[in-house]
Amino acid sequence: MTDTHDITLSINDHDYTITVDARHTLADTIRDQCGQTGTHVGCEHGVCGACTVLLDGQPVRSCLIFAVQCGGKPIRTVEGLAKGDELHPLQKSFMKYHALQCGFCTPGFLMLAVGILENEPDISDSDLREALSSNLCRCTGYANIVKAVRAAAEELKAGS
Amino acid sequence: MKPAAFHYHTAHSVQDAVATLADVAPDQGRILAGGQSLVPTMAFRLATPGHLVDINGIEELHRLAVEDGALSIGACVRHAAFHRPVTDGVLGALLTHVAGHIGHYPIRQRGTFCGSLAQSDPASEWCLVAVTLDATIIAQSTRGRREIAAANFIEGVMSTALDDDELLVEARLPLPTTETRYGFQEFSRRAGDFALAMALATFRLDGGVITDARLGIGGAEDRPRRITQVEAALEGKSPNAETFEAAASAVAETLDPMEDAGTSAQYRRELVQTLTLRALQSAAS
Repeated sequence: MTDTHDITLSINDHDYTITVDARHTLADTIRDQCGQTGTHVGCEHGVCGACTVLLDGQPVRSCLIFAVQCGGKPIRTVEGLAKGDELHPLQKSFMKYHALQCGFCTPGFLMLAVGILENEPDISDSDLREALSSNLCRCTGYANIVKAVRAAAEELKAGS
Repeated sequence: MKPAAFHYHTAHSVQDAVATLADVAPDQGRILAGGQSLVPTMAFRLATPGHLVDINGIEELHRLAVEDGALSIGACVRHAAFHRPVTDGVLGALLTHVAGHIGHYPIRQRGTFCGSLAQSDPASEWCLVAVTLDATIIAQSTRGRREIAAANFIEGVMSTALDDDELLVEARLPLPTTETRYGFQEFSRRAGDFALAMALATFRLDGGVITDARLGIGGAEDRPRRITQVEAALEGKSPNAETFEAAASAVAETLDPMEDAGTSAQYRRELVQTLTLRALQSAAS
C-alpha cells in the first residue's frame, strides 16, 4: 500500500515540488527529497530535538509531522540562518561560547533558540533554561548553550 | 523507526471529518491532530493505523472561547495556547501553570488539549485538570453528538469512552468562582518527562475555613480521579498544617498506585502524599 501526494514544500523561501508517501516525516523529506541535510535525525520519536525546524515561525519536531501536512507552509532550517558568508548572531554566539563539540545536536538547538527568541525576545533566564531543556546534547553539559543563547538574545534585542 | 504506510485524508469541516472517519474506522482509521503522541507510537509501530484523518485544517476546531460559564476548547487548540492566561481569574492562571509541565516547548506548539484527553495517558496533565474540574467532553459522529463527563470519558490507560467513529470535537471546562484558589504539583525524573505523580487542589476560603474543595490525583493510578472522601473531610477545616498533613496521609492511604520497573507502588504513594501536601499549601498561600 502506497499513498502518494504531490506537494510543494517552502524551505528557506525556496520551493520544492515533490511527491511524498503519506508516511514520510517532514524530517526525512527535508533531507532525502530536498537535499537539505543540515536538519539532523536523531531519535525519530520526538525526544532528542535534533530535527527541530521552524514551521509557521514555531519550533517543532520535524520527525513528528508528516511532510504531506506541510505543503505551502513556511519552513526554516539551519541552512537559512546565515546570510551569505555572514553567520546568524546565534551561530556566532555558539562559536564564541563553545556551545558545541560534536555538533550533531547544533542545528536543532539553533532552530529551537531562534524560534524561542523570535517569539519571546524578553524571555527570563529560568524560562530560557526550561525551553532549552527541550533538546538533548550529550557533549556540552548545556551550560555553554544557555550562555550562548542568552548572549545572542541581548545582541538580537540591541540590534532590532 | 519509520511509521508504517497509511492513507492520508484531510478534512475541511467537522461533517467532512466524521463522514471520512465513519468510512475508515473499520480499517483502523484514526484522527490526526497534533500528532505528538500518535506519531511516536507509529514510529515504534505500536500503532499502525490504516488511515489518518487530518483535522488541523478545520477552522472551527481551533476555537478557544468563554461561553455559558465555561471555557470551550476546540479539538485543535494547542498546548501553547495556554502559555499565557486565556481567561482572567483562576482558570487562566491554573492552565498556564499546568501547561508549563507538558512535554517541551516545541511539543507544546503542536500537541493539543483535546488530543491529550483522547490519548488518555495516565501521566497527562490535561486529563487530571479535566477530571478535577469536571470538564464535559463533546463527541461527534455521523450518528450525532453526545456529551460525556470527563470522569466517565477516561476509562483507563490509553482507553476512553470514544467510539471508533467518534471525533472529540471540544472540551468544556467550567469556570471556577472568582475566589477559588488552586495548587498544582508534579514530579518527574527529568525536565519535560512523564509525570510519576501529580496533585491538583482547588478550594475557596469562606470565613477562614475551606469550602468547595477539590482534590485530583494523576499519574499514580491507571487514570486520574478526585479523592472525594478527602475533599469532604477538608470542608469547613482551617487551612493549616494539621489539616493538610491529615488530608495528604488520607490520600496516600486510599491510593492503589501503578508499579513499573523503576517505580514501586510505595514510592508513588509517598510521592503523592508529598505532592498533595504541597498542592494544598500552595493553594492556601
